[in-house]
Amino acid sequence: MNVLFFEVTLLFYFLGTTLFLVQLAGRWEGIWKPSFVVAGIGFFFHTLALVSRMVEGGHIPLTSMHEALSFFSWALVLFFLVVELRYRVHILGSFILPMAFISLISAAALPKEIRALEPIFRNVWMHVTLSLLGTVAFAVAFIAGLMYLIQEHMLKSKHLDGLYRKLPALDFLDDLNGKAISFGFPLLTLGIITGALFAEFARGSFLNWNAEQIGALGTWLFYLIVLLGRVTVGWRAKKAAYLTVVGFAGVVFTLVGVMLKGQHPFA
Amino acid sequence: MNIIAVGLNHRTAPVELRERFAVSDSRLPEALARLKRWPGIDEGVILSTCNRVELYAVVKETAHGVESLRDYLVTLASDISWERLEPHLYGLDGAEAIRHLFRVAASLDSMVLGEPQILGQVKEAYDVALLHKATGVVLNKVMKKAISVGKRVRTETGIAENAVSVSYAAVELAKKIFQNLSEKTVLLVGIGEMGKLAARHLIGAGVSHVMIANRNYERAIDVAKRLSALPVPFNQVHQEMAGADIVLCATAADTYVIGPDDVQRALRSRKNRPMFLIDISDPRNIDPAVGSLDNAYLYNIDDLQSQVVTNLEQRRLEALKAEDIVRVEVPPVVAWLKSLEVVPTIVALRRKADSILREEIDRILAKLGPLAPRQRELVEELATAITNKLLHSPLIALKAEADSSNGALFAETAQRLFDLEKELERIAKAQPSEQERG
Repeated sequence: MNVLFFEVTLLFYFLGTTLFLVQLAGRWEGIWKPSFVVAGIGFFFHTLALVSRMVEGGHIPLTSMHEALSFFSWALVLFFLVVELRYRVHILGSFILPMAFISLISAAALPKEIRALEPIFRNVWMHVTLSLLGTVAFAVAFIAGLMYLIQEHMLKSKHLDGLYRKLPALDFLDDLNGKAISFGFPLLTLGIITGALFAEFARGSFLNWNAEQIGALGTWLFYLIVLLGRVTVGWRAKKAAYLTVVGFAGVVFTLVGVMLKGQHPFA
Repeated sequence: MNIIAVGLNHRTAPVELRERFAVSDSRLPEALARLKRWPGIDEGVILSTCNRVELYAVVKETAHGVESLRDYLVTLASDISWERLEPHLYGLDGAEAIRHLFRVAASLDSMVLGEPQILGQVKEAYDVALLHKATGVVLNKVMKKAISVGKRVRTETGIAENAVSVSYAAVELAKKIFQNLSEKTVLLVGIGEMGKLAARHLIGAGVSHVMIANRNYERAIDVAKRLSALPVPFNQVHQEMAGADIVLCATAADTYVIGPDDVQRALRSRKNRPMFLIDISDPRNIDPAVGSLDNAYLYNIDDLQSQVVTNLEQRRLEALKAEDIVRVEVPPVVAWLKSLEVVPTIVALRRKADSILREEIDRILAKLGPLAPRQRELVEELATAITNKLLHSPLIALKAEADSSNGALFAETAQRLFDLEKELERIAKAQPSEQERG
């Protein structure tokens, strides 16, 4: 059942992505309504997919890469729906939906079977949830940064048409960027701590210097510097936008590393 | 009966001439009362704005009506001769007059496409005419429709979107840098007219903190008082820039007043929060090198003007959609107008036939002397049948043409063929209330 829901979700996210890309390129402003509805329906089925997977598996479905990517995509769309309802920044969907769709189609390419959970992994979902939510926040910061750089380019080059009209104000994007990092950083910190505790519990060592642990620590350190830079010396606006766009590339790199090397408990 | 329009506007007449004919609010009631009494005019509305003076009227006979309305227009300015006015005048009737009114209300005929005032002015002109009972069935319907067409165009097309003045273009840009202008501070350097105008627009858009610097400090204090702003001594401009999100430079200086180093320093102490610098002075007062600093957005008067040109282009595209709306809205009104002529004609024809019928039956019965009731009945039946059968085809044809463009022609033909003039007058007098309902 969960696979069926998953596939329906994939279809709706694909449709939503298409609509949102049309919104990005086209002139029809009212398109955000159907796009929003399609994303909402997709999210509904996605939720059904996650819940039914939990019921069928008997545990929280965060034990494989497929599940992690699916959850990441789900949280991203949830964030978009909430922000859209609150702030009406329609154009956000044109960036978030494609990302959610890419994440979900990557999940679709990975093994989907529900694995029996070894008792030792019973509490691993804490670590995974926190890390993933942190990643979602960094993804939002990345998108805000990307939108900032586009809008900043439009304003600097005095090309005041097309995307310029659709994108929100610079300081809104900078604010979103800053807030996303401030949310994401503590989540990632807790994710790393729970991960280390879990590693200690499962393997007897907090840290064994494998690639993804180094990647995670590197990411953590990077965002710590970005966050401190913003608070202390004014690394905001364009610089912050650049840093978060680059930083997210690091996050994706770490994730892909985890996926490929398969050293993580779930891969 | 027809609707006609006579007037002069910004395209046909220079302002010196237009203003001679303008009807001020205080003169309007008297002018309307006179228009209503004017020969050949049944209903009237006077639309007088700074860009146009137009008279809309309902007349019995078109060519005569237009002439009469022109004569009236000349009386609005006592010292302008007909010869001087004539080349600047236009006269429209029927569908053309209605289309013109709709285009005016939709701001398609305005000097600045999509400008917001004209719709309110049309509404005001109608309200005053209504109040002074200068309008009737026809103009009540047509003016209301014009106002609704104007609203429809504003909501369904982008004709009123995007700034088309330099000051508004500056406000629009500010809104793309700062989400919420109410928390932002503007520093106005120099107090030229353009600068003050732009500052007023920014205040109108929500900016609450304004600082004003001028070489002549006394004048800065003076202007600051009027804009409830904070005066700043000119030599402190560079320090105050750190606290300014928007710097509006409009001095008469012929050198750069603000350079990249000044802005760089300000940005550093603002912790890189973006700055929007607007240079509306000529020659320029802000070094163009400022524009290449990160987080500083510099726009000069040419940049803003070219944005205005782009936006006007945009509005012109939207105006095409607006013209489509006007195009579909006109024919139903024209058809309604036509049907107004057909319906009384049908009633008049029916009545005239009935009165002839009654007359002839009475006459023949008087000649025949006493008849049995059955015989009497038969005589009446015979007469009624002949009239009904004769009238059947013309009535059907009139009804069928009521909504078509031929309606007026058919009505007029029927009126001539059956000589309905008197009957129509009687109907018009007897049932004013019935007509009001239209």
